[in-house]
Amino acid sequence: MDWSPLWISVATSFTATVITLFLGLAAAAWRGGRKGLAMALVDGFFLLPLVLPPTVVGFLLLLLFGRNGPLGKLLRAFNATVVFSWPATVIAATVVAFPLMYLTARAALEQVDPMLLQAARTLGAAEWRIFRQVSLPLAWPGVLAGTILSFARALGEFGATLMLAGNIPGRTETIPIAIYFAVEANEITQAAIWCLIDVGISLVLLAGLYYWTHLQAAGRVRWAR
Amino acid sequence: MALEVQIRKKLRDFTLDVSFSAGNEPLSILGASGAGKTMLLRSIAGLERSDRGKIVLDNRILFDSQAHLNIPSRERRIGMLFQNYALFPHLTASENIRFGLEKFPREEQSKRAADVIQRTHLLGFENRSPRELSGGEQQRVALARALAIEPEALLLDEPLSALDTHLRSQMEMQLEETFQTFRRPALLVTHNMEEAYRLGAHVLVLSRGHVAAFGPKEELLRHPPSTEVARLTGCKNISRARAHSDHSVEALDWGCALRLEQRIATNSGFVGIRAHHIEFAESTGELTAENTFPCWLVQSSETPFRITLFFSLRQPGQESPQAQSDGPQLQAEVFKERWRQFRDQPFPWNVRLRPDALFWMND
Repeated sequence: MDWSPLWISVATSFTATVITLFLGLAAAAWRGGRKGLAMALVDGFFLLPLVLPPTVVGFLLLLLFGRNGPLGKLLRAFNATVVFSWPATVIAATVVAFPLMYLTARAALEQVDPMLLQAARTLGAAEWRIFRQVSLPLAWPGVLAGTILSFARALGEFGATLMLAGNIPGRTETIPIAIYFAVEANEITQAAIWCLIDVGISLVLLAGLYYWTHLQAAGRVRWAR
Repeated sequence: MALEVQIRKKLRDFTLDVSFSAGNEPLSILGASGAGKTMLLRSIAGLERSDRGKIVLDNRILFDSQAHLNIPSRERRIGMLFQNYALFPHLTASENIRFGLEKFPREEQSKRAADVIQRTHLLGFENRSPRELSGGEQQRVALARALAIEPEALLLDEPLSALDTHLRSQMEMQLEETFQTFRRPALLVTHNMEEAYRLGAHVLVLSRGHVAAFGPKEELLRHPPSTEVARLTGCKNISRARAHSDHSVEALDWGCALRLEQRIATNSGFVGIRAHHIEFAESTGELTAENTFPCWLVQSSETPFRITLFFSLRQPGQESPQAQSDGPQLQAEVFKERWRQFRDQPFPWNVRLRPDALFWMND
């Protein structure tokens, strides 16, 4: 049996999660607690990948990264193409995982008592230092939860990945795609094995997250110094 | 003057419009909740932006709306003590204290931290996390943290209100000690008259965003400029009054003629006396004495050491043209030892409103 879909899936999800962690945190920190129509639009835009059909996300990404798309053209200037390559799986996974990261990071940062940030300001701390040394350590449990959710979501990404990255065994064939084509080729055992693996990883991640949250609530795990 | 504040800021219910200056001694800012006290402190600390005005600390302009100058909070070098302490929960006491010292070399950090830890009596608590500290200890850590940066002014937002009686007097002593060495402008916000009096050299009374009174505390207590200030400073006895001469008035609500030591400026106004300044004379023989009247007890309320007596200068049941109700007009506060000496005497008792304890208010 060819195990490459497992490694591709893990590598893709891991890379996408790291990228989404930074993007999601940056977006949440930039947004802050601001209110108003403009911010509602920003929120809506960031959350779109969560509700749009994967085909719509994939199609839009194709428009963006395709030969004549704005980003595609830019990349072509550097002799690089993204469509139907491994980075495309990462891009698709990042885009669909981003809303989960953004939502949880935002919620976690909003939980931090604004009085603490103000106290830090009166003590002479710059905003970046306050974010690193006050906001982030206090929001850390929520950010970690967001990271795990993002990883699980990236692992399950199928539609947008298929449209942007195609199905190239050994390069862009992730577990969900392998399952789809195994079923199509009537290789039921193969499909079942991949399904079990996918369910197993996701279950471990989510159960681990919940168990850890319980420990947190019970005060047995202390984070961030 | 070290700190000059002159700001205007529109709030939801009223406009904060304040102007005062503070020298190198503590100033108490007294006001009911919602009077704009916290907003005033936050504006000085730079956490809130005023619409108009100017804030100057030792010739250093912190805010000037005309010059479009607004120094950010982190550069103001103003220590602030928050009402809920605002300690960083993920840091230990000593890490909290060192938070504002990052720009200094390690040695200097340790030296300064050790110094404030000693001054705030926190030796032995350095490695505790805030939730392992009592309210009073947390408050001291917050104070140490604010003092560590050697601020040029100190702002304290209700520093004692969250503490129980015992801790409160301890913290009060701590603050007095701190003020003695601090010798910089220190603003202390409170809604408690006694706190304001004990901790501040001057008292500023804030009411719905404006300065109702500002001055040395003794002066403010002896002669509150208005009924508003009299009430805010805890005066329970206020009567409408008409002036007869420069030193005598007719107290309309109490129904008596009084002599005042203070010179009366206007024809009509109010006369007041604080509850603990009211005296009860021993025997009926003194009835002819100045400002002494027969009185009848209406109600009383006990505290452990004192008793509050609500009484009337009219015999119960007698109609009076001026007063609407027959309820108590005056309230006195006396120590129980004193009260025991006259409580069994038959009514009417004799009450004395000393001319030097009475004060006149124009409005």
